[in-house]
Amino acid sequence: MIRSEILKEIAPILNPHLVVCNIGLPSQELHMIDDNERNFYMLGTMGLSSSIGFGLALAQDKPVISIDGDGSVLTNLGTLPTIANNAAGNYTLLIIDNGSYGSTGDQPTYAGRKTSLVAVATACGCENVIEVQDKDLGPVLQDAIDSDEMTIIVCKCDSGNIKLPVITLDPVVIRHRFMEAVKA
Amino acid sequence: MNIDKKIVDDLVANDVSFVTTVPCKQLAGVIDEVENRDDIFHIPSNKEDEGMGLCAGAFMGGKRPAIIMQNTAIGVTINTLATLTQFYRMPLPMIISYRGELREPVACQVEMAVHTKALLAQLNIPTYHFHWQKDVEEFDNILKYTFMCNKPVAILTDANFWGGYGDQ
Repeated sequence: MIRSEILKEIAPILNPHLVVCNIGLPSQELHMIDDNERNFYMLGTMGLSSSIGFGLALAQDKPVISIDGDGSVLTNLGTLPTIANNAAGNYTLLIIDNGSYGSTGDQPTYAGRKTSLVAVATACGCENVIEVQDKDLGPVLQDAIDSDEMTIIVCKCDSGNIKLPVITLDPVVIRHRFMEAVKA
Repeated sequence: MNIDKKIVDDLVANDVSFVTTVPCKQLAGVIDEVENRDDIFHIPSNKEDEGMGLCAGAFMGGKRPAIIMQNTAIGVTINTLATLTQFYRMPLPMIISYRGELREPVACQVEMAVHTKALLAQLNIPTYHFHWQKDVEEFDNILKYTFMCNKPVAILTDANFWGGYGDQ
């Protein structure tokens, strides 16, 4: 499965929850599949989906899912120790690991070669790190959201993209409606 | 006057309850003070752009955030400031140790000091420079201004302000 197929499959699981979605194609795909006010689309700042979602999880009690990619996690590896050492039970980090920088033309990442993000996250001190194959993600994600323990999911899948338009929503609108959903 | 305590008192009085820090010798006292306050959740960051991401999330979660870091971080965080904090219009007080200014002993620090105000000006970030201890009296107003206008705001605090780190 490629990322857009995975997002289509897990959209009903994500829908009731606060989601911080990675820059580029992941946000565009989620926006196309199930746009709603509980989605925070990153329009810039590659790598910070994990940190933004984690700050949100620490600041309030609702479940938060950060959707990240292997390339983006590699950009901001330093946040994994921060997440591990301040674990928040309402936080799930979903890393869609297709071994490539999808939004920029599928250049290979080191996660697709020798580097294991599961081993990295574990070494950083994260206690619940699960590797899962794309087709098996749904129940694993649901369990992680329902659990009181923070979970890092590394979902292995194929690289590949679909053609779709950029998000034209104003960033302040994305942020405002998201904050209203947080408060609701 | 204990400026570490005054800074953190002002943070608490302005309802800032989520503070991330990247350390600097000059900031050690204020970071200790942040760590010891029950009213503040202190989360050290490994890099300043990560810290700004944490602050963005905390703000959307209903908390008032702040970041404490060195001026070298301006070189690290320009993209984050422009495409996250400013683009989504989020408030962020940045308490910045202004290394490389008067009474600085480390020459390399001057290399970023000479760019610091120019970079902040280029980003249209409101910038205040604390050089004398009495300048801290403005801090409360700066915090109110930051959360009024939903912008990142820089407070540069040099060695003279902190009591002359480096020439003792």
